[in-house]
Amino acid sequence: MEMLELSPADWQAIAVTFKLCFYTTVILLIVASPLAWWLASGRSMLRTVVQAIVALPLVLPPTVLGFYLLTILGPRGFVGGTLEEMGWHHLAFSFEGILIGSVLYSMPFAVQPLQEAFNTLGRRPLEVAASLGAGAVDRFFTVILPLTKGGFLVAAILTFAHTLGEFGVILMLGGSIPGETKVLSVLIYDHAEAMDYAAAQRLSLLLLFVSFVVLFVVYAINHRFTTVKL
Amino acid sequence: MTLAIQVCFSRQSFVLDIDIDLPLSGVIALFGRSGCGKTTLLRVIAGLERVPGASVIFKNKIWQQGNRFLPLSQRRIGLVFQEASLLPHLSVRGNLEYGYRRTPIAQRRLALNEVVEMLEIGDLLERSIDRLSGGQSQRIALGRALLTSPDLLLLDEPLAALDSQSKREIMPFLLKLTQQASMPIILITHASDEVERLADHVVFMHQGCIERTETLREAIARPGSPLFDEKGPVAVLEGKLKAMDERGLQVFQSGPVCLLLGGPEQPQGLRRLRVLARDVSLALDEPTGLSILNHLPVIIERIDPESAGRVTLACRLADGQLLLAQITPWSLLQLKLTTGQRVYALIKSVVLLE
Repeated sequence: MEMLELSPADWQAIAVTFKLCFYTTVILLIVASPLAWWLASGRSMLRTVVQAIVALPLVLPPTVLGFYLLTILGPRGFVGGTLEEMGWHHLAFSFEGILIGSVLYSMPFAVQPLQEAFNTLGRRPLEVAASLGAGAVDRFFTVILPLTKGGFLVAAILTFAHTLGEFGVILMLGGSIPGETKVLSVLIYDHAEAMDYAAAQRLSLLLLFVSFVVLFVVYAINHRFTTVKL
Repeated sequence: MTLAIQVCFSRQSFVLDIDIDLPLSGVIALFGRSGCGKTTLLRVIAGLERVPGASVIFKNKIWQQGNRFLPLSQRRIGLVFQEASLLPHLSVRGNLEYGYRRTPIAQRRLALNEVVEMLEIGDLLERSIDRLSGGQSQRIALGRALLTSPDLLLLDEPLAALDSQSKREIMPFLLKLTQQASMPIILITHASDEVERLADHVVFMHQGCIERTETLREAIARPGSPLFDEKGPVAVLEGKLKAMDERGLQVFQSGPVCLLLGGPEQPQGLRRLRVLARDVSLALDEPTGLSILNHLPVIIERIDPESAGRVTLACRLADGQLLLAQITPWSLLQLKLTTGQRVYALIKSVVLLE
């Protein structure tokens, strides 16, 4: 039983991790829905370009994304510098910073299942609903959502799970500040670096278990789901 | 009261160039081959396709002009597609009520039970939609559109995806709908029999342009009308079908013109008859001693030029309707037929349109 006992530092990292996962999922569902809708609504050069950009985190080393974000959001970067001039703090080594990083990093995991769901849905049900007097918001809640809820659920769970396993981007952009940017994966790395294998083992087991459950749920929800390969 | 449409656009090799005032009464058939732009025109009318520079004005209400664009949800259009397109997450009742609940009470002209009765879908209400046949689904789709009490009903080839049995099943309902519905109906079709059965006006489309708009009567009185199929020219007569008499015959009457119909008894009322020109012969005097029941006095109004060894004559009946007769050029010569001449038309067979 002693093996499973977690230290206050562990709990702090768990809290940061789940806060990050939660915010990332909420933000991504809001951002990815219209983006996926636009991507699913036709073919054009611009769409192909955006599609490729959205999928970049799937192939890019997380360190590359983290590095670019660090230079942009940091005190000398375009965004960070502007914030500094306006009297605010730059975003490197902060929770807000790693939140931006993980939103971008998990983008394909939210966009692709939604895009797939919207493609399957097609335009016809919406045209029908419009002809029956339903406005855009009405159509979203009474047609799109009920008919694509599987896609939304898969997108939310995958985003959450993928953020759980984030490491490279956070280490590059957020460092390892307890309570602010030190997430589980970073803490496991720290434990292992400090040769505290028992502590690393505890947290690794926890992550392994949670990740398995999450993926099990995803595949149970949607057997046909094949778009995103982890 | 018209629907004024101006639209001009091209996409790859497809061109749509329309400038038309459609009469808003009865059933207007948009007739043309597939790929001629019928469906695109319908999508422009419905507001599903926003073509820049197009203008759509319905009874002085601007649906689209310049920067103004009224979305479909506010146009009060009833839409029925080729495939029934029922909302899969709702029951039959849910589908029917979806539009009804969104129609302001003051604008509701039809109640749920009236529509259910008219389309005979009472037994289907609680059924899930994946347990409906094609014809049943299309009836639900019709009912769903009707329940919004639309100002205009757009039917996009509503029968095209159905097998012939489902077509026969749904045609009486379409006919009932076109006779009872108080709103104008635009029917898109490439089937001439649907036009003959249902339409009052015909708009002929060809390669993205409108060739002509005419009444059904004008359309079928014209030689070489695109409505004629391989059976050749055809006339459609309108009249009242009466009850079967003691001779086992039903009288089909239009003014002074009476036709006798044999065969199994058909429902009475306002009906249309389809008479193929090749089933009509001409005689100089009223013939006697014939098994053919129907011989009517007519006046030859037009003699069309010979084509494929046949001459078609348009003959005016006593009630003003046109009948077409097809004879050989030799008979024309033998009988010395000329326009304005009074002759007798012998009708070998007629088809009552369902």
